[in-house]
Amino acid sequence: MTVITFENARLIDPDAGTDAPGMLVVRGGVIVQVNGPRPATGERLDCGGLPLAPGIVDLGVKVGEPGERHKEGFRSAGRAAAAGGVTTIVTRPDTAPALDTPEALVFLRSRARDRCGVNVAPMAALTKGREGREMTEIGFLRDAGAVAFTDCDRVAEDTRVLSRALSYAGSLGALTVAHVQEPILSAGAAATSGAFATLRGLPGVSPMAERMGLERLIALAEMTGAPVHADQITCRAALPALRRAKGGGADLTAGTSIHHLCLNALDVGPWRTFFKVKPPLRPEEDRVAVVEALLDGTIDVLSSWHTPQDEESKRLPFEAAASGAVGLQTLLPAALRLHHEGLADLPALFRAMSLNPARRLGLAGGRLAEGAPADLTLFDPDAPWRLDRWTLLSKSKNTPFDGALLQGRVLGTWVGGARVWPEPERPA
Amino acid sequence: MTPPAPAPYLAAMLGKDLLGIETLPPAAIEAILDRADAHAESRHGEALEGRTQINMFFENSTRTQASFEIAGKRLGAEVMNMEMRTSSVAKGETLIDTALTLNAMRPDLLVVRHPHSGAVDLLAQKVDCHVLNAGDGRHEHPTQALLDALTIRRAKGRLHRLTVAICGDIAHSRVARSNILLLGKMESRVRLIAPPTLIPPGVAELGVEVTDDMERGLEGADVVMMLRLQRERMDGGFIPSEREYFHRFGLDAAKLARAKPDAIVMHPGPMNRGVEIDGVIADDINRSVIQTQVEMGVAVRMAAMDMLVTGG
Repeated sequence: MTVITFENARLIDPDAGTDAPGMLVVRGGVIVQVNGPRPATGERLDCGGLPLAPGIVDLGVKVGEPGERHKEGFRSAGRAAAAGGVTTIVTRPDTAPALDTPEALVFLRSRARDRCGVNVAPMAALTKGREGREMTEIGFLRDAGAVAFTDCDRVAEDTRVLSRALSYAGSLGALTVAHVQEPILSAGAAATSGAFATLRGLPGVSPMAERMGLERLIALAEMTGAPVHADQITCRAALPALRRAKGGGADLTAGTSIHHLCLNALDVGPWRTFFKVKPPLRPEEDRVAVVEALLDGTIDVLSSWHTPQDEESKRLPFEAAASGAVGLQTLLPAALRLHHEGLADLPALFRAMSLNPARRLGLAGGRLAEGAPADLTLFDPDAPWRLDRWTLLSKSKNTPFDGALLQGRVLGTWVGGARVWPEPERPA
Repeated sequence: MTPPAPAPYLAAMLGKDLLGIETLPPAAIEAILDRADAHAESRHGEALEGRTQINMFFENSTRTQASFEIAGKRLGAEVMNMEMRTSSVAKGETLIDTALTLNAMRPDLLVVRHPHSGAVDLLAQKVDCHVLNAGDGRHEHPTQALLDALTIRRAKGRLHRLTVAICGDIAHSRVARSNILLLGKMESRVRLIAPPTLIPPGVAELGVEVTDDMERGLEGADVVMMLRLQRERMDGGFIPSEREYFHRFGLDAAKLARAKPDAIVMHPGPMNRGVEIDGVIADDINRSVIQTQVEMGVAVRMAAMDMLVTGG
């Protein structure tokens, strides 16, 4: 069994909340030793004093399989993930068709196993076709490997359907990931309502739609006792309810996206469609409130909500353009902005990006502890670079960070002890 | 009054395209109005002789399209009207491809109307001819604001220190947005009068007063600008009914009495008589300048096209 010793590293342990010099030994794809005497045999890797952290568990990645492989496939998504320090992608079922049968899930897992260099933990649809009418075969899907259930950005209008699906999933201990927008109020919105949306002539939605969606979800979580995760909390108006619910009886966690953490509504500028995401970007006061909520633990999970879109679906008038942005390769460097601004230490960032999502989904990763899988990323938090979107490994290049100055670069990524970044050279 | 800007500066101020009032400095606005005044008198010019103007209307508008066509023809341009709803767009061609195709035919000027905000801006980035926004979504309709300004300037002798009340469906109106921007730049005071369902969120941050009390809103106004209420918004969705709307927000003699005695009444058309405006007021030659607006529309469009294409 191969033994790798990561020497001279800065170990970022989100569980213990520590950031300290140390070493780590990996054998057979598992972390077997943290600090202590150096093993006599095996490969040695000098980390040069740079941070070694548990690989990112990115909750909510869209891979275009099945249906939209021209936008992203498992191979390209896996490469982008590895280059971004992401060792597990938690995939979304908003594929074409929606991932709502155990047979489709088996197909997807075989595609992922053959092509994707990082771990794939699939989510399945909560309702058939994500239509909000009938629940999927939640039990079979769970047996086939679904780690959570979600209808992604489609929100069931029928609260009865949602409450039944939640209580059924809850009885199996299955997590439901819910988009928290009041569906009718937010329909057709391309921006957050306010002076900027008015000036640009864009149909807007009030941030209150998010609060309403969240309040309904909280009530349902309390009513059914089911474990629930609010996918993206992006505005200040939703935070009091979230704090209250987390202090109460509901089994509730919440996430947010890196784009809502780093960008605000004004970044759309003259209708730049790469900045069109769902929910829409918020005013600066909301962005600041969400950063605070992430830092104080009200929001548990930070992810990229990687949504590949080809050039054609973005080269349209803003209202007609597709939503979403790619993020696998930019999640870590963008999140490091919080670190460089002195707002968050590295263990806190990896708690939100690795530990918390892994825990919530019942995955083994996200920790630097003996017995944990050797899913690791080594990075230089200070390395400055300018992003050129055409260098991204994702098939789609729709990033809002094109041309942005970023600080922080991934130097190596290991999944189950095997190096996936930089990519090992293939035998000739 | 702003002194006239020398030609090279004027060209720089105008830029390649006229996409909205937002980016237009006050001096450029005055310059366009001055030129339009001249065109209003002469009615004929040769500025666009041998030039090609293509009207691309992705949304129906008989009036605006006719106004642009007449304006182009009076300047000697070859004017072509593209019926976008039956053309290649219906076959699935994207806006950008359509623009590139037309651009390859080397027109001098594209006049574009589109149902999506920002669409004309997008198109302008992809072509190298001049582009004139004839209305995009609920974003802007710059020539309408310019013709309104010219009408006001000719009636009132100035554009600053006036109180202009804009009343009606502000939320869905590009005309209102362009007028708010223009009147603000020219240092007039703008009041918006509408039920809260027809006021766009955050609009007060643009420096206007907002009220849902029409009589208060009209108090002392120099100009009363009425907006059209779309038929599909009348029943229950945004307002309770046509008759309640007319009762509270329709312009009649009693409400108009609150405005200054010499206040003018404007409407971008087409009007719904008895919904937003009493027919008697619309036809009152002492108050209504609605026909003048249509006339000034041609003059302003002549001026804008002439200055864009010839560079001042």
